[in-house]
Amino acid sequence: MKILAVCGNGLGTSFMLSLNVNKALKELGIDGECKNMDLASAKTESADYYIGSPEIMEQLNDGKKKVISVVNMVNLNEIKEVLRKQILEVK
Amino acid sequence: MLRSKLTDEMVQFIQGAKDWEEAIRVASEPLLKQGYIEARYVEAIISNVKNFGPYIVLMPKVAMPHARPEDGVNQMGISLLLTEKSVSFDEEKAANIFFVLAADDESSHLDLLKEISEFLTNEEKVSALLSAKKYEDVIKLL
Repeated sequence: MKILAVCGNGLGTSFMLSLNVNKALKELGIDGECKNMDLASAKTESADYYIGSPEIMEQLNDGKKKVISVVNMVNLNEIKEVLRKQILEVK
Repeated sequence: MLRSKLTDEMVQFIQGAKDWEEAIRVASEPLLKQGYIEARYVEAIISNVKNFGPYIVLMPKVAMPHARPEDGVNQMGISLLLTEKSVSFDEEKAANIFFVLAADDESSHLDLLKEISEFLTNEEKVSALLSAKKYEDVIKLL
């Protein structure tokens, strides 16, 4: 499974988020990898899920992409909770 | 690395700021004065927030203003601003802690980000940082 952590310029916020998403995936036993990218590039990059702050996800969402919003980029419990809801419980 | 980069002159304490733009300008000043960044880097940070929203707010009370290396970074560095009153970005997001990050390429700053991420995961340390009043209070947390 490919997950993209997205932020405005793709190297600060999104990298920090990707660290914690990768930790969360491991703890939840989800087979996947999270990479980070800027918003403009992410619009044309395919991925199973996109994750980022609510305002970035709103701009990325074209109705076809599966987007996941997180408010706290460093709270592992919040990230695990959204991943569980959006990935595990939807399947 | 955070400890060695965050020298005395890179850490500032203020009462508050009239808006998030002013807070980002003040927070970036040490990096600008020491030549780590160009003035246009600060403008890039501000225009990114205007264009994309306050995605630099990493968690409640903590922002990490940053732009891209090509936006005017001369040398990798980081500065810290602590505001007594919280500074609002929008109805939901506000910050008292501003880590301004200047990355000079795509990879050199990643270890620093890992350190910041680990620091922010520690709730006790974040709350101690929020009540820090002087440089010594900050550095002993790192």
